[in-house]
Amino acid sequence: MEDRRTLLQAVLALLAGGVAAWWLPQVLELFAIINATVYVAMALLALSLALVWGFGGILCFGQAAFFGLGGYAYAVAALNLPDTTYAIPIALGVPMLAAAALGYVMFYGKVSDVYMGVITLTVTLILFNFINSTAGEEWRIGAAPLGGFNGIPSTPPLNMPGDPGTALTPEQIFVIAVACLAGCYAACKLILRSHFGRVVTAIRENELRAALLGYNVRLHKLAIFAIGGLMAGLAGMLFANCVFVSPTMFSLAYSGQVIIWVMVGGVGTLLGPIIGAMLLQALTAWAGTLPEVNPNLILGLVLVVAVLAIPRGLQPTMATLLRRRAP
Amino acid sequence: MTALLATEGLTMRFGGVVAVDNVSLAVSERELRCLIGPNGAGKSTFFRCLTGQYRPTAGRILWRGRDITGLEPHAIARLGIGIKTQVPSLFDGLTAIEGVTLAVRRKHGEREARRRAMAALERLGIGALSGALVGLLAHGQRQLVELATVVAPEPDLIILDEPTAGMSAEETAGTAALIREMNRDHAVIVVEHDMQFIRAIASGITVFHQGRVLVEDCAAKVLADPRVHDVYLGRPPTPQVVVPA
Ligand SMILES: Nc1ncnc2c1ncn2[C@@H]1O[C@H](COP(=O)(O)OP(=O)(O)O)[C@@H](O)[C@H]1O
Ligand SMILES: [Mg+2]
Repeated sequence: MEDRRTLLQAVLALLAGGVAAWWLPQVLELFAIINATVYVAMALLALSLALVWGFGGILCFGQAAFFGLGGYAYAVAALNLPDTTYAIPIALGVPMLAAAALGYVMFYGKVSDVYMGVITLTVTLILFNFINSTAGEEWRIGAAPLGGFNGIPSTPPLNMPGDPGTALTPEQIFVIAVACLAGCYAACKLILRSHFGRVVTAIRENELRAALLGYNVRLHKLAIFAIGGLMAGLAGMLFANCVFVSPTMFSLAYSGQVIIWVMVGGVGTLLGPIIGAMLLQALTAWAGTLPEVNPNLILGLVLVVAVLAIPRGLQPTMATLLRRRAP
Repeated sequence: MTALLATEGLTMRFGGVVAVDNVSLAVSERELRCLIGPNGAGKSTFFRCLTGQYRPTAGRILWRGRDITGLEPHAIARLGIGIKTQVPSLFDGLTAIEGVTLAVRRKHGEREARRRAMAALERLGIGALSGALVGLLAHGQRQLVELATVVAPEPDLIILDEPTAGMSAEETAGTAALIREMNRDHAVIVVEHDMQFIRAIASGITVFHQGRVLVEDCAAKVLADPRVHDVYLGRPPTPQVVVPA
């Protein structure tokens, strides 16, 4: 039963992604398509934190670090390789390994939850400052100048696999982004339904009990953290394909925003944070167009209202409402 | 014959407090052993050392003759040691059946694990609660769910730290029966304050006092020992304060 439901949800997500990927490029302008791709990339970043925080119980203040690493790894690899397709595994591998390394230090170093927050925050800040300070000519990796605060505007987009001459169009990038989001959502669903995923959730519930039943707590935390890092890196790669990489990817503003998206969407859910990310980005963009109003003020207001009115987040609240409606 | 589990001079200090003081204790395969002693005698701390939650200050722990001192809790659990902690340690956000299934799942496939988990819940008379969220259950029911979690994977050594605290008389009798049943194939160490319960399961008894083993003998002799009356039985056992986890 449960398994069939999970499968159904995963298939529905893929279908929804398919419809969006087919329909939106037909009706949106080029600029809007690029914008939509950014939304999707950010939603994927939110999904990665939803998995790590909501199910792994690891509150990471530095999810943007893996997002940035994914973007930069892609940009640097793409500038150095003849075929940008080969940059993909690097864009996923670098943030995943970074997450694994950081996770190793935190989980095997028996760092307490509070310090874990501090460490993830600090690592993000260090990366931000480091990348910001790479403006000089001497800061280059092969053919890729790191560019300091300017980022790497010359980041080439993905090309047709095996055909470096044909770069993908923004529409195609959008389709890929939607496919990645839907695919990662489906993957998360399947992971959480697997034995591994259940152990991860059980560890969130009670680490001691999980250990006393013979489950290696640190290894499971490390694994889910690394998977989250990989997904955030994928989001960063998509971002690099529609905008370009710059140090702001590592900024605290991004890390903070993701946390807010997940909170508003519902910690412990997957769909909620995706919707939260989309809605709040739209809201921020809209607030930015208002004259004489500070968009941050509006965003802050909405957050306070959201936290007070729907403390459990969008998805659980909506689910409860729908159930009440049903006979 | 080497003991299933043995400690040699096990000691656990917290600053100036010596919670476990040079304890050497051996439990053989399929033995049933009661551990009694006043509150603060060091029973729970002794168990925390055995299960790897604390690294003992001194001494050794041997499992079938192999030194396992300092192993991590999950590694010790994998040897075949299961513990029901004094303060119930459960997966509050999961249903009873989900939690117990997880306990068995390490050794069996999903279907078989679920079947065994359900059997354990039914054996404890709480089959009807299988779909209930553990966090919402009453204290006595939580004790039973934790018992099911511990016995379902059939560890070679089952450690039960005050399993009947908060249980009704009926549930307590049921638990005593379960312990005897489990003891047919598994060694059991159980901490209990209830004398009736101890007489009912009539096993070897080790008396802890101030971190040390005061007496160790068969039930009849221990219960008649004046020293035991002095430190423990003379006074009614203080009621346990249950600290929510
Ligand atoms: N983590 C700890 N830090 C300091 N003292 C502790 C700790 N754990 C237990 N103790 C002390 O060790 C002694 C034995 O406690 P405990 O093992 O819980 O006894 P029992 O289970 O027999 O009632 C008590 O004096 C208690 O205060
Ligand atoms: Mg105790």
